[in-house]
Amino acid sequence: MQLPPALHARLAGAPGEAEPLPVERDPAAGTTPFRFAARQDGDVQRHLYLQDVLTQVAGDPERPRVPEFTCQVAGCCQVFDALEDFEHHYHTLHRNVCSFCKRAFPSGHLLDTHILEWHDSLFQILAERQDMYQCLVEGCTEKFRTSRDRKEHLVTRHLYPADFRFDKPRKSKGPATPGPAVQVSAEALGGDQVPSEGDAMEVCFEHTELPPEPSGERRTYGHRIPSTICFGQGASRGFKSTKKRNKHQ
Amino acid sequence: MWSRRQRRLRPLSCGVEELRCRRREREAALRKARREQQLVSKRLLRDEDPEKAEGYVAVILGEAEIQQFLRLAQRGTEEKEREKALVSLRRGLQHPETQQAFIRLEGSIRTLVGLLTSNQALLQLEAARCLHELSHSEQSTVAEACLPATSYLLTYLSGHSSDFIELCLYTLGNLIVESEAVRRQLLPQGIVPALAACIQSPHLTVLEALGYALSQLLQAKEAPEKIIPSVLGSPLPQHMLQLLQPGPKLNLGVAVEFAWCLHYIICSQVNNALLITHGALSTLGLLLLDLAGAVQRTEDAGLELLACPVLRCLSNLLTEAAVEAVGEQMQLRDERVVAALFILLQFFLQKQPSLLPEGLWLLNNLTANSPSFCTSLLSLDLIEPLLQLLSVSNVVSVLVLTVVCNIAEKGPAYCQRLWPGPLLPSLLDTLAFSDTEVVGQSLELLQLLFLYQPGAVQAFLQQSGLQALQRHEEVAQLQDRVRALQQTAQHG
Repeated sequence: MQLPPALHARLAGAPGEAEPLPVERDPAAGTTPFRFAARQDGDVQRHLYLQDVLTQVAGDPERPRVPEFTCQVAGCCQVFDALEDFEHHYHTLHRNVCSFCKRAFPSGHLLDTHILEWHDSLFQILAERQDMYQCLVEGCTEKFRTSRDRKEHLVTRHLYPADFRFDKPRKSKGPATPGPAVQVSAEALGGDQVPSEGDAMEVCFEHTELPPEPSGERRTYGHRIPSTICFGQGASRGFKSTKKRNKHQ
Repeated sequence: MWSRRQRRLRPLSCGVEELRCRRREREAALRKARREQQLVSKRLLRDEDPEKAEGYVAVILGEAEIQQFLRLAQRGTEEKEREKALVSLRRGLQHPETQQAFIRLEGSIRTLVGLLTSNQALLQLEAARCLHELSHSEQSTVAEACLPATSYLLTYLSGHSSDFIELCLYTLGNLIVESEAVRRQLLPQGIVPALAACIQSPHLTVLEALGYALSQLLQAKEAPEKIIPSVLGSPLPQHMLQLLQPGPKLNLGVAVEFAWCLHYIICSQVNNALLITHGALSTLGLLLLDLAGAVQRTEDAGLELLACPVLRCLSNLLTEAAVEAVGEQMQLRDERVVAALFILLQFFLQKQPSLLPEGLWLLNNLTANSPSFCTSLLSLDLIEPLLQLLSVSNVVSVLVLTVVCNIAEKGPAYCQRLWPGPLLPSLLDTLAFSDTEVVGQSLELLQLLFLYQPGAVQAFLQQSGLQALQRHEEVAQLQDRVRALQQTAQHG
């Protein structure tokens, strides 16, 4: 297929529309032009591509290993030998951390919600009069009177699991309830007992100064896990931030 | 400009011809599956080359072993030990039999989800990889076993760890395509807003994965009613178009995914007018120019992957009535589009002939109602190159003739520019084809030439045109037109 040489120059040239020749139709002409619309079928190409990718990619080469290094966040003693591992660790445990109670969250959104609901006294006051508990699903603007109502909504409307780990009701600061220090969150784990290093993202740093809590509700960390072992939760020793939030950039 | 994510290719052990043959077979199989609406393709992200990983043997794990690994991962005291247990499990899960054993084991998914949401980052990552292997299964029961994890996968999309998010997205994409039951859960769980938030990520790998997941969502049977309206109502379309804009930031892998996403949305015809008002035509037009530019510079590796959906999107959008209703800026009027298209057609002829019909179809839709584009074809001397495509295949020939008809039907001023030149000899050639559609379209063109171009009849007669017509006198679909032409030719 021979293209006129001027064509390439035209492509590089200025945008423009050709001045159309005069159109003059004779009614005797039977044909009318029509435009073809396509259906979805043409994506056979796409599937070929997807499947090609599947059969051709032999897998990424081994991730480059680097000499072991430690997480630099104060008090965290996790060790790594690959950068991607560190990246994930950092984002999981140190990125969206509540400066009040040191819990870590998977996203800024959940952290914000947590701080509002757990650490903001104004929120508590307002919540007595109006619906303050925001639905956790992005895009849903519903608000609820109580945390329980919100959970109900999450389960029935959004088909979330009843034991969704990132929706813990705030522990009440009332008189201590006697009995085993069963965490509210532990109940939510259902049958399988995951060991006490905490459920979900509620990383509670063993050595930090937690806000004072009735002893009956303190987690029983020290009893089950030797204090010499650090599960990478990172003790933020000496981390006394007066800022409301701890968001690493 | 055309930065592309590295695809690591295994050295091919078979010849090129054999590959082509296999590819043709696969295309045929895919077309069949597409017709039967059974086309499901999934993506697998695997981090290591199984043959190279130390001490790895493709072992099938039984329920007891799986249970052991899970226990170790959950309750082991040594961190490294826990991680290793999950790695072993993950490797085992590459095998369908292990997958089956896994889902048979009571509480296995629950434990895996527990690990997925643990505060141990690396365990989380390995658990996600295990889920990913499961999501990729061809067995519905295995993939559907992953359902309890979806709310978490969606939550993690608003995190920051790009590798992890990428993994979650590919897993979600695989699950989405699995069954309507899965989508019926994912939609109320907020997958569309989650994707809309995630598309703002600066990471190319995340974007490509997102495009994949979204494309799977958009292909669903129920998409036009249940999914596409909310996608159109979200910021997703604007972001998609942004990611398709040519320029130094354009990434081929990402663009391919979103071009297909756009294709599915457009095919559904839910609200193409909205896309047009967002500037889809001009973005895609500019992208087409960019593609042609890349061909010129022979930076064309993988170009056809993007060209295909772009051509389809443009062609389909041009059939919308809304095109005429919008302002000039939103329309496609730039003559360079025609130049670009021909450069691409030449490229397709050499590298990917199956895309010729796609390109010609766009050309048809461009010329159908546009005197301006028809004039461009004439003034840029593109008729002769166009006619050179007549020998490629019947499908291509019909399209070429249809385009020329689009030009000829605009009247004498246009036919004059089509004449003399190679048009008549080409037509006499196509009249010798046995394919009825090709001949039919040739007859249409002849009729227009006879009507608008003085001297055409005479030239036709001089070149034994009547004999060429005679062959088709008895063909049912062609009879009437043949006779009409014979009459015009003989009686002026």
